[in-house]
Amino acid sequence: MTGTARRVLVTGLSTYWGGRLAQALEAFPEVETIIGVDNKEPTRELERTEYVKVGTQHSLIQRIVRAAEIDTVIDTRLVVDSIATTRAKAHENNVIGTLNILAACTGRDSPVRRFILKSSAHWYGCEQDDPAFFTEEMRRKHPPSTPIERDIVEAEAAVADFADKRPDVTVTVLRFTNVLGPSVDTSHSRMFALPMVPMILGFDPRYQFIHEDDVVHALEHSAFNDLPGIYNVAGDGVLALSEVIGLLGKRPLPVLPPWGTGLFTAPLRRFGFDVPPEMLGQMRFGRGLDNRKLKATDFEYQFTSRETVLRLGEHLRLSPVLSGVTEPYRYEREVEEFLRWSPHVRREDRPADADTADAGLYDPSPPATEGTAIIEEPPPEPEPEETGLPDPGMLEVEEVIALVAHLDDSGLDRLEVLERSGQGRDEVFEAIAGAREYESR
Amino acid sequence: MAERTSLAGVAERPASADHAPERAPARRERDLLPAIEPERQVDDWGRSERVEDFFDKTLVEFFYRYWFRAEVEGIENVPASGGALLVSNHSGALPPDAAVIAKAIKDEHPSPRKLNVTVEHFFKGYPLFSMLIPKIGCVAAHPANVQRLLFDEEQLVLVFPEGRKGTEKVFSERYKLRRFGRGGFVTAAMRAQAKLVPVCVVGAEEAAPIFAHVRPLQKLTGLLYFPLTPTFPWLGPLGMLGYLPAKFRIRFLEPIDTAELGADPDSDRALVQSISQEVRARIQENLRDMVGKRRSVWFG
Repeated sequence: MTGTARRVLVTGLSTYWGGRLAQALEAFPEVETIIGVDNKEPTRELERTEYVKVGTQHSLIQRIVRAAEIDTVIDTRLVVDSIATTRAKAHENNVIGTLNILAACTGRDSPVRRFILKSSAHWYGCEQDDPAFFTEEMRRKHPPSTPIERDIVEAEAAVADFADKRPDVTVTVLRFTNVLGPSVDTSHSRMFALPMVPMILGFDPRYQFIHEDDVVHALEHSAFNDLPGIYNVAGDGVLALSEVIGLLGKRPLPVLPPWGTGLFTAPLRRFGFDVPPEMLGQMRFGRGLDNRKLKATDFEYQFTSRETVLRLGEHLRLSPVLSGVTEPYRYEREVEEFLRWSPHVRREDRPADADTADAGLYDPSPPATEGTAIIEEPPPEPEPEETGLPDPGMLEVEEVIALVAHLDDSGLDRLEVLERSGQGRDEVFEAIAGAREYESR
Repeated sequence: MAERTSLAGVAERPASADHAPERAPARRERDLLPAIEPERQVDDWGRSERVEDFFDKTLVEFFYRYWFRAEVEGIENVPASGGALLVSNHSGALPPDAAVIAKAIKDEHPSPRKLNVTVEHFFKGYPLFSMLIPKIGCVAAHPANVQRLLFDEEQLVLVFPEGRKGTEKVFSERYKLRRFGRGGFVTAAMRAQAKLVPVCVVGAEEAAPIFAHVRPLQKLTGLLYFPLTPTFPWLGPLGMLGYLPAKFRIRFLEPIDTAELGADPDSDRALVQSISQEVRARIQENLRDMVGKRRSVWFG
């Protein structure tokens, strides 16, 4: 009915999800325009996303929506975890903010044809008499009992109302289960990072997880397909908490008392272990979602709940080791920018290569478009290998082979081209082939 | 049972033959069930093979084989494949009947199957029970759970329509069936197009007789009820397991095929009620027959 997203507005660009989604959308050439709004600076590297610093004042956003002829609004701004911000701010953002964003999409001549809300499975709550698998058409039996749940229920009610009044807009609500991944920070990932994982004595709740990459893919999927209605998004498989702890290679610590749990956990906050109220419900009764409705729309999950937990376990084990080792190879934006743009950097060796046809492939010296690039938007994020790659012709075989180990696929491609145009040493090609094989495994 | 009103279904109730094409999308739903990950020891319902096996080989084995000396009739009435809803009478302070029926199907059936036992939500809120109950194959008696197990996963489910009314009855009322709820089990079986298998258990009433209830202590402990049995509360919480060695007999009755009744129970409440009453009557009749033929409570 409405085709795919071409001109997209992402709300909450400074949040983890806003940033991740904008990054992902940038890779799709069919998306002409990505505009991100937020009242804080974006926290992730963005190439062609245009950032507008604005709060959730509906009149201002409405002007942006109309002026840029936005056809798709993706609302990633909802706070679904109490640790993210204060209760008052979360409420302001979740309820008032949603109303404002929706108001910005209304009006007779609004160009918006698709509205996507990133919501949470906290909508269902956690109660004793819950079904083992929630389906989208189920209603809550009990009123929401925690502030975050209340906010989410209110925000979704506003969106449902909007969907009723604007039948010409495809309104998608995605209810995500608990997200885990190497880079996302949630109350649960903090709990799993503890040396021993606390449990409520006598309870082994069921947990379902989704990998952070699958969250981004689900948002993309809803942007490029017509998915009116509500969809649960959760990886296959529901795990018992004890099973999760085992997969992470940790030990359970069933010390939280089954009665008066909230009173007991409140002082723990001082010691850095924050158990928000919506998490307490999960640690007691757990929750499972039926994810078949989204699967029926040809969405494929990359990770099951179990695989998600295994990945997190790997990350948790590796992170203390990696933090020291990879430091020298890490991409530092400031350094790269300096090397790239500063007139003080000596680039005498470049003209020598400039004649060769391949030089342009890796030549990091500023192109003629330098001026416009700076004014328009942040310069395109250079691949660390692109600039960090020395001319292989000037290196010894051993040095090149040592370099191969630190390159990703695109870097390997580039190195191969350079080597072929240079000395074309067999050892180097062998090393590249070996590295590819290793990576593909 | 959740009363879902479906206006579309009121007009016509398709016969089973006409119904086949309509079920195509549902088949698809079944295909979309999560794949089984063989590395896992716990399934999506929280059932743990390891824990189940442990109890099966120790406690249940002992009671089933040596203490209750269970004897089974009509095991062939339990279908070897497809979803089926087993309906049984219910008794005993901490009812031993569910474990015995599950064990009977596991040991005596030509193609042993796992049995899912529906239990009250109460257990999910109670520490330790909450942990243990799902591990040994119990699920909360929620209509959505039963539907998923019966229809989507095509498994065996055991329900006790009497519910706690059955287990709390005192010794003098033994083998008198309580009312079968509002026929929720028939609704569930019809929706899932699953067979209904009535089951009769004799012996559980004498194994764990209840002489009286102590209401003030029930309120104090927050338990479903606080019974006085030969061993509870005198021997503490473990006294709940203090079963007397009554002889157990289990009889599986001829199944009722709900596929012929149509998949829309909401349009015909009278049908639901009459099937519910028929099942109840058949179980009651067979219980009387079994108790009448029994020479001794302890030796059968």
